Amino acid sequence: MLVVEGVKNGIVIDHIKAGKGIEVFNLLNLGEADFHVALIINAQSKRLGKKDMIKVDNVMDLNLDLLGLFDPNITINVIENEKVTSKINLKLPQRVKNIIKCKNPRCITSIEPYIENEFELLDQESCEYRCVYCDEIYKIEK
Amino acid sequence: MLKGKHLIDLNEFTTDEVDEILELADKMVKNPLDYCEIAKGRILATLFFEPSTRTRLSFEAAMLRLGGQIIGFSSPDASSTSKGESLSDTLRTVAAYADIIAMRHPKEGAPRLGAKFIDAPIINAGDGGHQHPTQTLTDMLTIKSIKGTVSGLTIGVCGDLKFGRTVHSLIKAFSRYPGNKFILISPQELKIPQYIKTQVLEKNNIEFIETEKIDEVMGDLDILYMTRVQKERFFNEEDYIRLKDSYILDRDKMAMAKEDMIVLHPLPRVNEISYEVDEDERACYFKQVEYGMYARMALIAKLLGVDK
Repeated sequence: MLVVEGVKNGIVIDHIKAGKGIEVFNLLNLGEADFHVALIINAQSKRLGKKDMIKVDNVMDLNLDLLGLFDPNITINVIENEKVTSKINLKLPQRVKNIIKCKNPRCITSIEPYIENEFELLDQESCEYRCVYCDEIYKIEK
Repeated sequence: MLKGKHLIDLNEFTTDEVDEILELADKMVKNPLDYCEIAKGRILATLFFEPSTRTRLSFEAAMLRLGGQIIGFSSPDASSTSKGESLSDTLRTVAAYADIIAMRHPKEGAPRLGAKFIDAPIINAGDGGHQHPTQTLTDMLTIKSIKGTVSGLTIGVCGDLKFGRTVHSLIKAFSRYPGNKFILISPQELKIPQYIKTQVLEKNNIEFIETEKIDEVMGDLDILYMTRVQKERFFNEEDYIRLKDSYILDRDKMAMAKEDMIVLHPLPRVNEISYEVDEDERACYFKQVEYGMYARMALIAKLLGVDK
């Protein structure tokens, strides 16, 4: 069994679908980090069988919308003095800005570069978002 | 109160607000001279980034008939867009001159963007293949005036349902009134967008069917709303040529329809309605043009708050 040091003050990004940890790692730009980060692949999980997880030994701001959009099943554990002080369960955000780009070539966002791409959640179940400008539907792959 | 509001999507107005506009328009139809000075001293800017003489003239005639004045341009070449100015800057500049703006733009969502930057009411005069709410007000006023109601109707929409923004707005508007049913007639390639089906029709349990064959449904319709296959919406001319004459309404097809069915068309038509149909009393598309001006007069008066 591989042993990875615990986190003193920081976060543990847990319940990442096995194989997707590296994508979350890159999404959060953790390759550039100047603090301890551990990416654990194929850890055992009661819930998922196998899972990936990321341990970050540093207090950092997370873009929860970005993570929620990537995988709403991810859990964030906040660690203070080696103890879990809070758990954040992600969900699909109601509104996302500048994360999804509208793919409709007729959308105003395709020619006015200063506008934020903005999407509104239509349906939690079907994971569908709607461009607030042109109503184009964007489906998040689960 | 509609004073100061933008009209981007007619669904953002309550049905009471829409009814208010239609009621005022009806009064204007009956007594136009009562309203010929209510917008005196006010300026309407018509910003047409995509040419549309018909709609622009309708807005301009509406403002002039209310006693107001007009400024604007009729193509992007005549605006600073051709020099690379952003849409938001153009709108902020024009809002300094005008009390109300009617904007047509080839890009979808352009009026929504404009509404973020200015306080003067913006009227969406058509944004790409997306929406055309004042055409819908026109259609509603026409239908209400001729049929006496906007409820309990079987409405057939025929032609280009994919890019036909008038159709999208029409379906959204009539879905809010009880008892309306839709028959969506189009070739496979020009079917109604999925979001209209799921988010408007299915979500609100509105009865609808999709078909490619107009003959089979003619007898069921109270309204037949014909649309043109729009050349300007196609990236590929071959597709346009193949699809442009998918439906041609002629005397034979009219013979299959109910005696009180009415034919509407947002115009301009190309081949989709034969000229022989014009003589039929049920052909109401030119009457619809006139109602369009009154619908826009009522809308402008409401948004400016000069309707009293």
